[in-house]
Amino acid sequence: MFGYTMTEIGSIVVMQGFAGLSLFSVLLLMALGLAIIFGQMGVINMAHGEFMTVGAYTTVFMSKVAVQYGWVGSYFMFAIITAFILAFFLGYLVEYLMIRHLYKRPLDTLLATWGLSLVMQQIFRSTFGAKEVSADLPEWLLGSFKPTPDIDIPINGVLVMGLSLIVTVSVYLYLYRSRGGLRIRATMQNRIMAGAVGINTKKVDRFTFALGCGIAGVAGAAFTTIASTGPTTGSLYIVDSFMVVVFGGAASLFGTIASAFGIAQAQSILQFFMTSSMGKVSTLMVIVVILMMRPEGLFASKVRK
Amino acid sequence: MHVISEKLLGGKQGAVNLLILALLLFVIFPLWLDLFRLNLLGKYVTYAYVAVGLVLLWGNGGILSLGQGIFFGLGGYCMAMFLKLEASDPVSTKIQTTPGIPDFMDWNQITEIPFFWEPFKSLPLTLLLILLVPTFLALIIGFAMFKRRVGGVYFSIITQAIALILSILIVGQQGYTGGVNGITDLRTLLGWDIRTDGAKYLLYYINAGLLILCILLSRYILTSKFGMLLLAMRDKEERVRFSGYDVSNFKIFIFCIAAMISAVGGAMFTLQVGFMSPSFVGIVPSIEMVIFAAVGGRMSLIGAVYGTLLVNFGKTMFSETYPELWLFLMGGLFIAVVMFFPDGLAGVYDKYATRFNLAGRIAKVIQKISKKALKTVGEEA
Repeated sequence: MFGYTMTEIGSIVVMQGFAGLSLFSVLLLMALGLAIIFGQMGVINMAHGEFMTVGAYTTVFMSKVAVQYGWVGSYFMFAIITAFILAFFLGYLVEYLMIRHLYKRPLDTLLATWGLSLVMQQIFRSTFGAKEVSADLPEWLLGSFKPTPDIDIPINGVLVMGLSLIVTVSVYLYLYRSRGGLRIRATMQNRIMAGAVGINTKKVDRFTFALGCGIAGVAGAAFTTIASTGPTTGSLYIVDSFMVVVFGGAASLFGTIASAFGIAQAQSILQFFMTSSMGKVSTLMVIVVILMMRPEGLFASKVRK
Repeated sequence: MHVISEKLLGGKQGAVNLLILALLLFVIFPLWLDLFRLNLLGKYVTYAYVAVGLVLLWGNGGILSLGQGIFFGLGGYCMAMFLKLEASDPVSTKIQTTPGIPDFMDWNQITEIPFFWEPFKSLPLTLLLILLVPTFLALIIGFAMFKRRVGGVYFSIITQAIALILSILIVGQQGYTGGVNGITDLRTLLGWDIRTDGAKYLLYYINAGLLILCILLSRYILTSKFGMLLLAMRDKEERVRFSGYDVSNFKIFIFCIAAMISAVGGAMFTLQVGFMSPSFVGIVPSIEMVIFAAVGGRMSLIGAVYGTLLVNFGKTMFSETYPELWLFLMGGLFIAVVMFFPDGLAGVYDKYATRFNLAGRIAKVIQKISKKALKTVGEEA
């Protein structure tokens, strides 16, 4: 098959599969934030990619500082937390200034946040320059281990995957096993009733939006370990992450995970056997066709609206 | 007479507004601007087609398509393929390994014209395909989505994904489409050189004339019973459905019309500018076209034209002098228009025009001028 032996094919599938896992992790983190903002609140945030870029630039910036003061080995944990906090507060601000005036007009939110994304991209470009920058990774992140001679698995990929798993589990626990999550779900399901039982729905809106943005910031921090960051980095992932959320079924957390996995794996394995553009085209095409047949996504809840 | 003035021109106010636009496009701009600027204006006018289509689809139908660049691009590519085949006759391409095929195919080791290029050897067929290919694609997309009651933001996201697919596809299939450079070096249309000054003037007038025609057609649609239903659908879709109308068919129809109008714009773009490239197909141009319509006024056919011209004029001016400032301005414009002026320029104009009875005054002035002109002509005779 394609001029490879069976063991080579096996190794290729494992390695491309692993490359797909890194993509999966970033897509999943991006899509988790979106699943909260879009799936729960119904807000289309086209600037979501730029919140990821905020996280990525924060990490790069912290790594530069860390190199100067010689604590490269341990900055990464701090970078993740800072990225989250920064993106969170930025999201909080954006919700307060912009989004809350547009809840009744979802299509207009889409346009306004697109405008926001243009402004943010230009801010990145003016502040950090148009060139792509990359973080100085600590030593322990750079290596790779080889289970067999043909297979080569980079450690940073494992780290990113672990990170996305931790974030996913925490989001799940927060949304479904905590009082705060209960308030979010109550507000999103029935705003008037939630207000009647004493939940401050406006506050919940603001917090939910900021939480989604914060997770995008973590996605950015994770992103720096696998690629370099430029002003338009976020916009490259925005369509993919929307596809992940819509494909998985907007309100389903499990659907988001499954579709992020499917899309990332399909893309990276197809990209090996076809050209990179054709791999992407065929993946997106399949998703669009499936969405046309099943508009509610793969794992939609059976509730009628 | 009454039917024409009400259905096509939109009453006295509408007629005056249309007249002002026609005057600007046909008389004032050609006299004022030099050929280079006029050609640039012609390019903006081709974008205005898309904006007019979006007024139908988005302003009146409430369907936000983020993939109008698909149809603009398809129309443009159809035209470009015809012109490219004409430009690559065996004589002028004799230095290639395979003469008689477009240069980029030769560079990509393709030795014969692919089957889907064949129809573009004839002009009538090309003109037909410019209208049919984008409309047919819109029909398929619309049928698949509206019949299943996919709407709102889902429709926007999926059309955006389709725009992304098409632009990646065009860039990736370099041998068949010219890749990221697009189809360039277009020369003649049936032996008539489209690059001369005279041709550019003529093309500009055809371009502007077709735009006015499209506006009239759109106005006819909007003032008909169908236009009423469209508005009703936008505001209370369920109620229209319960009244016994098949909402999805109306949506498919308006989506197809908007696609067709955009495709005409795309074809005129190729003729006016002399090339077509994937940078007019993807996500960014598609969303920019939405902002043209939003700035001009999503409910106003004529406002959308002004919005397009104004935003593009600003873009050219600013990106020449302050390229960094432009994105700030564009983004700010997006946010400001959506948040503070949902009806765009047309909304502001309507507010003041009705207050000062602008249309009535202008109509009076025009009446006076035409009476005077008739008098002098009569006296001279």
